[in-house]
Amino acid sequence: MSAKLAISRPAEGAAGKSGTWRTFRPVIDEEKCNKCGLCRLYCPDAAISVDLEIDLDYCKGCGICAEECPKKAIAMVREED
Amino acid sequence: MHGMRSILPAGPNQYFIIIHVKYPKERLDTMAIPDEEFLLKTTSACAGCPSSLILRYVTKAAGTDTVLVIPACCTSVIQGVYPTTAMNLPVYNVAFASAAAVASGMSEAFRAEGKKTNVICYAGDGGTIDIGIQALSGALERGTDFLYICYDNEAYSNTGMQRSGATPLGAMTTTTPGGKKDHKKDLDAIVAAHNPVYQATACAAYPQDLYNKVEKALTIPGPKFMHVLAPCPPGWRFPSEKTVEMGKLAVKAGLWVLYERENGKLTITGASKAAMKKRIPVEDYLSVQGRFRKITAEQTAEIKKTVEENIARLQREVDGIC
Repeated sequence: MSAKLAISRPAEGAAGKSGTWRTFRPVIDEEKCNKCGLCRLYCPDAAISVDLEIDLDYCKGCGICAEECPKKAIAMVREED
Repeated sequence: MHGMRSILPAGPNQYFIIIHVKYPKERLDTMAIPDEEFLLKTTSACAGCPSSLILRYVTKAAGTDTVLVIPACCTSVIQGVYPTTAMNLPVYNVAFASAAAVASGMSEAFRAEGKKTNVICYAGDGGTIDIGIQALSGALERGTDFLYICYDNEAYSNTGMQRSGATPLGAMTTTTPGGKKDHKKDLDAIVAAHNPVYQATACAAYPQDLYNKVEKALTIPGPKFMHVLAPCPPGWRFPSEKTVEMGKLAVKAGLWVLYERENGKLTITGASKAAMKKRIPVEDYLSVQGRFRKITAEQTAEIKKTVEENIARLQREVDGIC
């Protein structure tokens, strides 16, 4: 007798494209950024890559990166639509 | 002239060139943390969720040979929609009261097969302090080889912020609309009474400290316990960008003390070393959260007193007095 188990498999976008939740979008000012990586350290959703690029498909726009940036190099800009 | 020469050092003059390298300290620290992510983009957690942030570092420290046991809590609902999940690790979702009991059986089974797989319970404060406490107590007493992590956002936030045993004095929840009248349950003292091999506190605002503690805990066989403060933006009523800030305020005010207790020996860690000596006023932490909007002056004084007593008690333990 075989039992069927309800198993979910890992996949990107399992909870949908959470980038659509955003009201404010983080924008990095490359001039001010000193690549310290604190934004990546504190991002709850790992939406900031090792090269410190923000994945806007998934960034929920919480704003922790902008708040914690020691150089104030990230601005939260209102989404247009 | 003769007198002046006598104070000059003997031998040829030496010149030292000191080069100041401006390199952020934090960057050096974070280099120890692996880049691999076990939470795929993204969970359905709220924006600014401390549970996701904590779990990111717990899984990074644990690595691939790990099973997570998750009872009912926010983390059991943020994993994604069947048949996919954002968790790139085996996760066993179990009933509210059973996490530590399940982990006991699982750990025994792995060890019987000669496997060293990490068994980690990742439970909220409701599933630990209230509903799961008997299973936790049992597993600690049995000496189960596992790590129990309680991420504490001080209420049942998954179901809409009802009061839990971890809700602090004066905090508003949907079931304590006038502010809670009772103190937070001292879970760490309850766990300490079981003498686990390793016990620690951490905070979502200090990922490096959290990572180091999880990594260390998993090298020690036997029952390990960690209590992690998780400032919850919708539940505590503060803007989502303040999650990390709120955790730092809790530590700086001495309301949350970062420490580890290894075989009964207490060590204060990270930012709490400074907070043991000098603290910011607790009002700085309370006034920025909507949940403390109705707190009374007496309750604030009561919280201050509790903080001072707790710090003094921990200091006595560090000094080896008790």
